[in-house]
Amino acid sequence: MKLPDKSSSIEAAIAQIKDGATVMVGGFGVPGTPFTLIQALVRHGARDLTVIKNDANEPDMGIDHLLQSGQVSRLITTHLGLNANAIRLMNAGEITVEFNAQGILAERIRAGGAGLGGILSDIGIGTELAEGKQVVAFDGKNLLVEPALRADVALVHAARADTFGNLAYVATAQNFNPLMAMAADCVIAEAEQLLHLGALAANDIHTPGVFVDHVAALGALSKEYAVVRR
Amino acid sequence: MVARAARELKPGMVVNLGIGLPTRVVNHLPADFPVCLHTENGLTGIGPTLSAEQADRNLIDAGGAYVSTVPGSAFFDSATSFALVRSGRLDLTMLGAFEVGANGDLANWKIPGKFSPGVGGGIELAQKARRVVVLTTHTDRAGNPKLKDRCSLPLTAKGCVARIFTDMAVIDVGQGGFTLVETAHEVSPSEVADATGAPLNIPETTLPRF
Repeated sequence: MKLPDKSSSIEAAIAQIKDGATVMVGGFGVPGTPFTLIQALVRHGARDLTVIKNDANEPDMGIDHLLQSGQVSRLITTHLGLNANAIRLMNAGEITVEFNAQGILAERIRAGGAGLGGILSDIGIGTELAEGKQVVAFDGKNLLVEPALRADVALVHAARADTFGNLAYVATAQNFNPLMAMAADCVIAEAEQLLHLGALAANDIHTPGVFVDHVAALGALSKEYAVVRR
Repeated sequence: MVARAARELKPGMVVNLGIGLPTRVVNHLPADFPVCLHTENGLTGIGPTLSAEQADRNLIDAGGAYVSTVPGSAFFDSATSFALVRSGRLDLTMLGAFEVGANGDLANWKIPGKFSPGVGGGIELAQKARRVVVLTTHTDRAGNPKLKDRCSLPLTAKGCVARIFTDMAVIDVGQGGFTLVETAHEVSPSEVADATGAPLNIPETTLPRF
């Protein structure tokens, strides 16, 4: 038996994203952000997107291009501190922003990828982040209901992949990528190295390929992937 | 003040140092000090900060600084990173503050109408680390006390702060509110009390200076 080949061009994979879609985007700062897939989504032009990402990158980098092109109507995130452009759009009411505690965002996505309805947590009780959330008494404690998150599409970045879509990440480029790679109806991975079947050892795989729909090889990395000089 | 705060780290601890002043604490520790530093974006065992020339593009801390690993470091995803925080594996976190209440409440993420970049991992660190200490200037830029009877800004977490390190003093936060523990050189207890926006308990004994 041979595992199916899911290698794809970036354009063909991104072309499936429709107006109004919910799109998860991996990355925490530069590491793990799928810059090339994001650039392709800008060229594709789908609008009215809900984007789920830990942060909004920095001005002129990553999902800031989607914000600047007006393709994003809603952003579910944890922190925008490095992107003044995103904060300006939020304050001007041009995008709706939902802030989550970082680990709760991760766990909501994990729950979505694990086929669960949500999680119960005491994080944020007594703060404004708890406002409007359902509270349940469980095991003697008051806990907040945090609904699972799924997306129509997830865009993830891997250091290495094989043609079945098995993925391996490096260093702090892991972050939200393995969680998002389980939590969308269509998972598109970009990989710095796209290897033939068997070249990625089974013990080294972080995301099993069954979760991944399309895998695309990156050529030479663009400047956005490089070390940021501040 | 940063050097004094560094003495809060004890051998064997797992520690998260918040963005800003707290990350400078490591500069005051011996290179072989036995402590495990954690960062929210998925690393335990943070090594020295690196220049852009030395940096690995895939290796940053939660503040975006390029860091290194040490022998025994581990990488993991964001869910694992906060599982570690919420389940009580963090012995200590050191955070910045806009305001600290005499009841231990912490406000450090939002100033309505002025500053609202999002809370990041701050709520989970403040609410779940076994010990939360704050590293901050004693007053804000306008000279207003940051230590208050109650916080007026949106809270990060309730009743979480155990100790505060400022440029003027070390202050413990407990059932009886703020208690002076140490003062900086050239600063008197009454000067600390004047710069504090809530009653300050001052022990009768001679306090250490730092």
